[in-house]
Amino acid sequence: MALLEIRNVTRRFGDFLAVDDVSLSIGTGEFFTLLGPSGCGKTTLLRMIAGFDAPDGGEIVLDGQSMTDVPPEARNIHTVFQSYALFPHMTVADNIAFPLRMAKCPAADITPRVKEALDDVSLAGMEKRFPHELSGGQRQRVAVARALISRPKLLLLDEPLAALDAKLKERMQLELITLQKEVGITFVYVTHDQEEALALSHRIAVMNKGRVEQLDDPPTIYSFPKNRFVADFIGECNLLDGTVASQAGDAMTLDVPGLGSVRIVGSPGGSPGAAGTLALRPEKVSIGRELPADCANRFHGRVFDYLYTGDVTLYIVEVEGGQRVEVMLPNSAVGRSSKFFEPGDGVQVGWRDDAGHFLPD
Amino acid sequence: MSTRVQKWILSGPPLLYLLVFFAVPVGIMVVASFRYAGEFGGLAPLFGTGDPDEVAGLTVESYQRFFDDRIYLELFAKSFVYAVLTTVACLACAYPLSLMIARSPKKSRDLLVLLVILPFWSNFLIRVYAWMIILGPQSLFTRAFNGLTGAFGLEPMPLLFSPIAVLIGLVYVHLPFMVLPLYANLEKHDPALLDAAQDLGANAWQRFWRITFPLSLPGVYAGAALVFIPALGIFAIPDLLGGTDSMLIGNLVKQQFLDARDWPFGSVLSIVLTAAAILFAGLAAWFGRPKRA
Ligand SMILES: Nc1ncnc2c1ncn2[C@@H]1O[C@H](COP(=O)(O)OP(=O)(O)OP(=O)(O)O)[C@@H](O)[C@H]1O
Ligand SMILES: [Mg+2]
Repeated sequence: MALLEIRNVTRRFGDFLAVDDVSLSIGTGEFFTLLGPSGCGKTTLLRMIAGFDAPDGGEIVLDGQSMTDVPPEARNIHTVFQSYALFPHMTVADNIAFPLRMAKCPAADITPRVKEALDDVSLAGMEKRFPHELSGGQRQRVAVARALISRPKLLLLDEPLAALDAKLKERMQLELITLQKEVGITFVYVTHDQEEALALSHRIAVMNKGRVEQLDDPPTIYSFPKNRFVADFIGECNLLDGTVASQAGDAMTLDVPGLGSVRIVGSPGGSPGAAGTLALRPEKVSIGRELPADCANRFHGRVFDYLYTGDVTLYIVEVEGGQRVEVMLPNSAVGRSSKFFEPGDGVQVGWRDDAGHFLPD
Repeated sequence: MSTRVQKWILSGPPLLYLLVFFAVPVGIMVVASFRYAGEFGGLAPLFGTGDPDEVAGLTVESYQRFFDDRIYLELFAKSFVYAVLTTVACLACAYPLSLMIARSPKKSRDLLVLLVILPFWSNFLIRVYAWMIILGPQSLFTRAFNGLTGAFGLEPMPLLFSPIAVLIGLVYVHLPFMVLPLYANLEKHDPALLDAAQDLGANAWQRFWRITFPLSLPGVYAGAALVFIPALGIFAIPDLLGGTDSMLIGNLVKQQFLDARDWPFGSVLSIVLTAAAILFAGLAAWFGRPKRA
């Protein structure tokens, strides 16, 4: 049985639907992520799980027990707030001991458990410090240690890494994964950062305008987005709109204005005449004066512009019909600093017939 | 320009202010406390009083008088008790009020603060006279009060010209000085801290006692100092609302300067009062010092 059941939960502010009929079922020990753009209702949903807000409709069930009339302090759910919300007048040790004191834990147990919790988040010896004497990453760890010390059934994290710089963020991501595995507690993680979601989660619910657009594991979300929104929101993606020209078995031909006909294999849906979109990741597109032999789809064009990002370069190629296609080329293929192409260079772009993913309208 | 010079320029105006309005008057008072009282009030001339033992007209006689008669120290103790009671009562009234203002919607906060300081717009004496009517024998307030105490089997008693009236007046006059610093402190609290505490299992009382209250202590100390120090020296309230037994140290100081015309003794009393006030201001500043950067 699932640990947390969210059943048809709805939340309105005035006539604005912040959370619109969301149903999710989250299992024990899962690292579950709510991913979506700003304002899509992630925090609102999280606050309802924590108990700070009540749904206008639907029900939240934890471990088989309805949470409807249970106040936040009585829910076995802890939250890591985006601002960390460490108590500024308490030392690190007192902050971490807070949930134990609230639970009337015997004083003799507190000290060793705090020490253990500090060890878990590699903050040993920081007991006596005050929050303002810690770095951002250390505060974040104290917040996590504080939320985990009394072993709640569920840990909610609302963009806990948003305030950290890129390098530290990466390290904290790794630490969170390890920690979650160690303690085995279910994490519900909120972020608008798709890379973070892909890196951390067992499953991701992609949200938009209060609704769940897709619920899957990271590879499925990335490779088989269910609709335009998910494809566009997760990573870079070429979205080529067209009409299905013909279909036979699991192969079809899509007529894309400004490009030509594109052969697609392995994507269900789409009968001749139906409109649809081909979602094509830039890293699955090849670029060159010559193309590999397995490229079933090939088009001539010119480099319009490029974006150099260190490890890869993103080329924007305008094909002869006028459609623009994004292509990602790893820079490892080139020498140390040279580029393959300059704007205006004549090139070919191409991709395998199973590279893209067809989204019927 | 060096930072040292800048420092001196910047601290110039406040230093000048303190010098003119604090150091000089205190200095004058200290000198006065060692002089003789003049025959017709004020101070005797420094020279030529005719006393053969006299050294330039200076004496410690007023200090001896203060410490010889226990009545003066007892009066100090009594004033101290009144000031403490006033501070505690102000705190008890101001805390819920400030908390309510700080937690009301942002839009209405300014209006509520305005209401707190509204009494300042009318004259202090008029407001105290109003209390004479409220506490008068025929007033609804007095009758309600006696009805209430009567329910506990107490004899009805007049309120006006009693210690209770003095205390009510003291609390009324000083309440805004407790509310304002407390509100200024409480308003700055991050509401996320209370959410976090609740999330981690704290009930309403624990959230108050472990989070709100300790974080509000600097405001409590500031308010306590702003109430305690003036309450210690006040004379108008006991004069108007108190009876014959309600004299406080402030009244004695006033009496020495205006009625008995014994300026040196009045100065001694003032110096002791000022020393006590500085002591308490220092204590409040010490307890209220920011512990966080
Ligand atoms: N108390 C409220 N009153 C009115 N509207 C609200 C309230 N809380 C949230 N909203 C609205 O509900 C929508 C969802 O808000 P929410 O905070 O859940 O977004 P979010 O997905 O967490 O976004 P972000 O990534 O920016 O934190 C927003 O449009 C917001 O304006
Ligand atoms: Mg949010």
